[in-house]
Amino acid sequence: MALEVLSDLSTPLIMGILLGGLYILIALGLSLVFGVMKLINVAHGDLVIFGTYFAFFAFTGEILGYRLTFFGIDPILSLVIGIPLLFAIGFAIQKYLMSRAVQISMEAPLIIAFGISLIAQNICQRLWTPYSRGLTPDYAFEPLTIGGFHFPAQPAYVLDFIAALIVMLALWGFLRWTYLGKAIKATSQDRRAAQLMGINTGRVYAFAFAIAMATAAIAGVFLGLTFPFTPTSGVFFLIIAFGVIIIGGLGSMLGTFIGGMILGLAQTFGGHVFNELGLPGAATAQYLFLYVIVLVVLAVRPQGIFGR
Amino acid sequence: MPEETLLKVSNLDIFYGGIQALWNVSLEVKPEEITALIGANGSGKSTLLDTISGLLQPAQGVIEFEGENITHFDPFQIVALGISQVPEGRRIFPDMSVLDNLILGSYNRKARSRKEQNLRMVYDLFPILEERKNQLAKTLSGGEQQMLVLGRGLMSNPKLMLLDEMSLGLAPIVIDKVYKALREIRERGITILFVEQNVRRSLEEADRAYIMEAGRVVLSGDPADLREEEEVKKAYFGI
Repeated sequence: MALEVLSDLSTPLIMGILLGGLYILIALGLSLVFGVMKLINVAHGDLVIFGTYFAFFAFTGEILGYRLTFFGIDPILSLVIGIPLLFAIGFAIQKYLMSRAVQISMEAPLIIAFGISLIAQNICQRLWTPYSRGLTPDYAFEPLTIGGFHFPAQPAYVLDFIAALIVMLALWGFLRWTYLGKAIKATSQDRRAAQLMGINTGRVYAFAFAIAMATAAIAGVFLGLTFPFTPTSGVFFLIIAFGVIIIGGLGSMLGTFIGGMILGLAQTFGGHVFNELGLPGAATAQYLFLYVIVLVVLAVRPQGIFGR
Repeated sequence: MPEETLLKVSNLDIFYGGIQALWNVSLEVKPEEITALIGANGSGKSTLLDTISGLLQPAQGVIEFEGENITHFDPFQIVALGISQVPEGRRIFPDMSVLDNLILGSYNRKARSRKEQNLRMVYDLFPILEERKNQLAKTLSGGEQQMLVLGRGLMSNPKLMLLDEMSLGLAPIVIDKVYKALREIRERGITILFVEQNVRRSLEEADRAYIMEAGRVVLSGDPADLREEEEVKKAYFGI
């Protein structure tokens, strides 16, 4: 009996951890931009979804109602173009919009970010219609068996988690071992002192935004492999990413990791409990648990678990 | 042939918002000298250093370094030319290691190639920093943090160092150490312009001094002469 319950719990446990990986992936860029520029980039989710649609275009060749037949590029492989594309968009947004907006007022960058959010949504809608789509290479959906044992999660979830680990390690190493990475950290800790070190902080900001968008491109692809999406899905995932960094503490990478895990687990265990109690609507109710956890952390420890 | 003047500031006016902070300030720094900039809190000393570093833009006036007009240069360009400011209040990067703080000092391209040599020099000057290189900077004592920011400033391979209120909040014995380091830095051919509130000590250490009051330079010259000036006695020594 006890064993049976345990094996029952293994599914939400595994699913929660893997799903947490996707949430981490989405939240990393939001956290980086906030940590360095103190900007709440409300366009982050929409730029992630733009990345998803770019991979969708590369995979299906569909654009403006046409289907270009010479495509069929694997979504993960399409990142070879998707990452530089979003990197360039991020660099340009910071260099040409945000750097000027901060000179106007404190709120101006936030308003610009709202504008970018709307523009990104409408571009996706124009190019790829408002209907729900998916990234569906076969390998993302084949049931996984390990030694005859049926693995409870689809391969897409496993990929989410692996990608999150790789991106986090890469980002951590970059911030720790490169001059530019150290400059990004220094600028986020004390901008004036960083300027006096000879750091071109305007350039550091542009690179930080660009790197955040590169992670958004990656998050976009894995999001598309995991969930169906529409041009407005970004708003939903932005809120989850907010939750991740609120729980973990703003600007802390370890916090982002723990925050993603907690939200993923809260969602799957919440859904599990809902199911066990025989209540209807577990699919939507699971998100309730996610938001409740965020509220509880906000009430008990508003600076986040790893926040200062 | 060395330049007669390393840094030349002429007729500087600075505004903070609508309020004028500096009035027609002029100053010269000779190579390999220690120049002191003395004045009470709010007299405009730090404002002047920030303007030289490019953090503030003057409304009027010219700043020349080695004969080049640098008035409207960005801070990172000014560091690359060889002017390094050690700011007031220490301003370490608290959540980075001592070594990373020092490495950030060598951010400009010219200094990167000399990173190892400069690091050796800093460790020779402040052995405690080598002992603590892997600690987070915020775990250092106040005196050690002051040594760290001095070392960090040296890592940029400067020709001129601007030092703002180095001794503020430090114990007398630590202040002695800092001034000893100052003289050693000068012996390595680095010119120093430092800002202090402590008049007596500043006049002892400097080769040349400027005294500021309410945003203006009111006196300047040889420290020995300045000590004799009635005005200085009255205003700062209370005798």
